[in-house]
Amino acid sequence: MKLCKKVKVVDVRPFGQPMTAGPEFFELRLENPGWDEWKPGQFVMLRPTSFGLEHVWARPFSIAMCDKQELTLFIQRVGRGTAHIAALEPGDHVLVWGPLGTSFVQEPDTHTLLLAGGVGIAPFKGYAILHPKRDNLRLVFAHRASARCYPYEQLADAVKAERVQEEKPEHLARVITLLHERISQYADGLVLACGPAPFLTTVRKYALEYGARCQLSLENRMACGVGACLGCVTPGVDGENRRVCVEGPVFWAQDIALGGGK
Amino acid sequence: MMDTTVRLPGLTLKNPVLTASGTFGFGLEFEDFGDLRTLGGIVVKGMSLKPRQGNPMPRVAETACGMLNAIGIQNPGVESFIKNKLPHLPWEDTAIIANLYACTAEEFGELADILSAEEGVAALEVNVSCPNVKEGGAAFGQDPVQIGRVTEAVKAKARNKPVMVKLSPNVADIGVCARAAEAGGADMLSLINTVTGMAVDLVTRKPLLANVIGGLSGPAIKPVALRCVHQAVRAVKIPIIGLGGIVTARDALEFILVGAHAIQVGTANFLRPDAAFRLVQQLPKDMEIIGIGSLDELRGTLVLPGA
Ligand SMILES: Cc1cc2nc3c(=O)[nH]c(=O)nc-3n(C[C@H](O)[C@H](O)[C@H](O)COP(=O)(O)OP(=O)(O)OC[C@H]3O[C@@H](n4cnc5c(N)ncnc54)[C@H](O)[C@@H]3O)c2cc1C
Ligand SMILES: Cc1cc2nc3c(=O)[nH]c(=O)nc-3n(C[C@H](O)[C@H](O)[C@H](O)COP(=O)(O)O)c2cc1C
Ligand code: FES
Repeated sequence: MKLCKKVKVVDVRPFGQPMTAGPEFFELRLENPGWDEWKPGQFVMLRPTSFGLEHVWARPFSIAMCDKQELTLFIQRVGRGTAHIAALEPGDHVLVWGPLGTSFVQEPDTHTLLLAGGVGIAPFKGYAILHPKRDNLRLVFAHRASARCYPYEQLADAVKAERVQEEKPEHLARVITLLHERISQYADGLVLACGPAPFLTTVRKYALEYGARCQLSLENRMACGVGACLGCVTPGVDGENRRVCVEGPVFWAQDIALGGGK
Repeated sequence: MMDTTVRLPGLTLKNPVLTASGTFGFGLEFEDFGDLRTLGGIVVKGMSLKPRQGNPMPRVAETACGMLNAIGIQNPGVESFIKNKLPHLPWEDTAIIANLYACTAEEFGELADILSAEEGVAALEVNVSCPNVKEGGAAFGQDPVQIGRVTEAVKAKARNKPVMVKLSPNVADIGVCARAAEAGGADMLSLINTVTGMAVDLVTRKPLLANVIGGLSGPAIKPVALRCVHQAVRAVKIPIIGLGGIVTARDALEFILVGAHAIQVGTANFLRPDAAFRLVQQLPKDMEIIGIGSLDELRGTLVLPGA
């Protein structure tokens, strides 16, 4: 059951930066909206009161973690909407609807590779915490900003983890090399990925090449988040559009035609 | 108890609040956020004879106080609607209005024939926004002759179902279009559809929509919508359903003041998924605040200069 609820901001915690107003990377902690259940990979639509009439869409964010008390999101400020969210203060109210969409599969006994690009690391926090056999998880984190800007350390404490930084465009090759090498080692395992579209396109290519079972979490623009507007669709390999907010955001790699390819 | 009933030709609504086509899916997407039976009605996503995948992505973009869309009427086709959606909708308790999309008068007639045979369909709304490729590419809705022809074709096959023609604001004279639909036999009109627009990205130097041009909706277009309703009310005798940028119950009452019989809630459903349900709850409260006991007391009572 999805709920639309006004909840209180508990905290806005900047990552990798001093406590400044409107941080670029931050954890947003909210009161639990009263959900019965959720699964890692699912997302919420979030709307601060300050959007007023200027922003007619809420913004989608992966659920980083949710327990009885709190819902935690991990957010990078990239534009006007996320600037409003970065400016929130404890005690402010936001509207949240969720939990929405599909989730990552959990197979405790399967060796599982988690591939995160930038803020795509967010859903893996909850995934790792709730996984019954963390020894079977391995994280590869590709990032542009300093690793301290992301919840990487928290995850590296919980699971085997390595990271690769892409400070300049020339570094892209080493990200691709690492993705290639790790995916080749998980041909009979499970590969789960979340990050920007070019990152996912690369992951998909190698996963299909090595026959690894692979799920990708997409980040398309969303207006409604509930399957009504048909603005978020991505084409399937069969040519039929899939709604990222309902049939996704997590898809099996072989079902969707990312980047135009088959 | 405040009386919010609206009596339209062949259609009685328990309240004036309908959801606008394309912004409320098939209604079922919103079941977790409110009781569909409390709505005056649901206008479902535009449908065509055959399934359509719509336009390439990206096909939505947010703009100041509004949004652009160029979805291109992605829909599963009329047969799938009848088989897979309609049986799950509470059509005995709220009006389910089908929105018809076609590119020739004949296809419109066929769609009307199929849909009007369904007990669960309360009325037909005709979307005349398809570009008329045969006659230069301007939308049907921009040509009063075509509006009349399409309306006649739908009316001829609509059996006992009332027909509402949805008008585009992208015309020189909305009154002429309204009269063309009335003359073609329309039972009522709904207006407005989206206002054509575009948005660009200075960094990538690309348009934000793959289709380049899209339709603007949301609070940004409310003044355009009120103006169109005002002019259409003066041009025809048939009832008018107003929409365009309605978010609050007060917005809805403004359209009634200008002369609309009922209203539709569109983009506001994206601001929050319970927007239409909340508007239904709020409406009687705002009616009380402005001191009216029924919508009839307010409808068309706009005071014009020199009156
Ligand atoms: C299912 C899902 C989960 C997501 N999870 C997270 C998360 O955990 N943390 C996080 O920081 N971000 C996440 N995002 C992306 C986030 O929603 C966007 O960064 C945000 O909507 C941008 O809003 P804005 O107004 O600040 O940016 P805008 O001013 O609208 O745009 C700034 C830039 O961001 C791009 N953009 C806009 N909307 C989106 C979008 N929905 N997805 C990707 N890029 C977008 C624009 O093309 C533009 O380049 C997620 C997106 C989806 C669909
Ligand atoms: C995403 C989206 C999809 C739409 N799809 C349709 C449609 O299929 N048929 C139709 O007649 N109007 C469609 N419309 C137009 C709306 O029904 C409405 O006329 C318009 O958005 C203005 O109202 P609003 O400002 O309240 O949204 C669509 C609008 C949006 C935003
Ligand atoms: S965001 Fe509206 S259908 Fe997915």
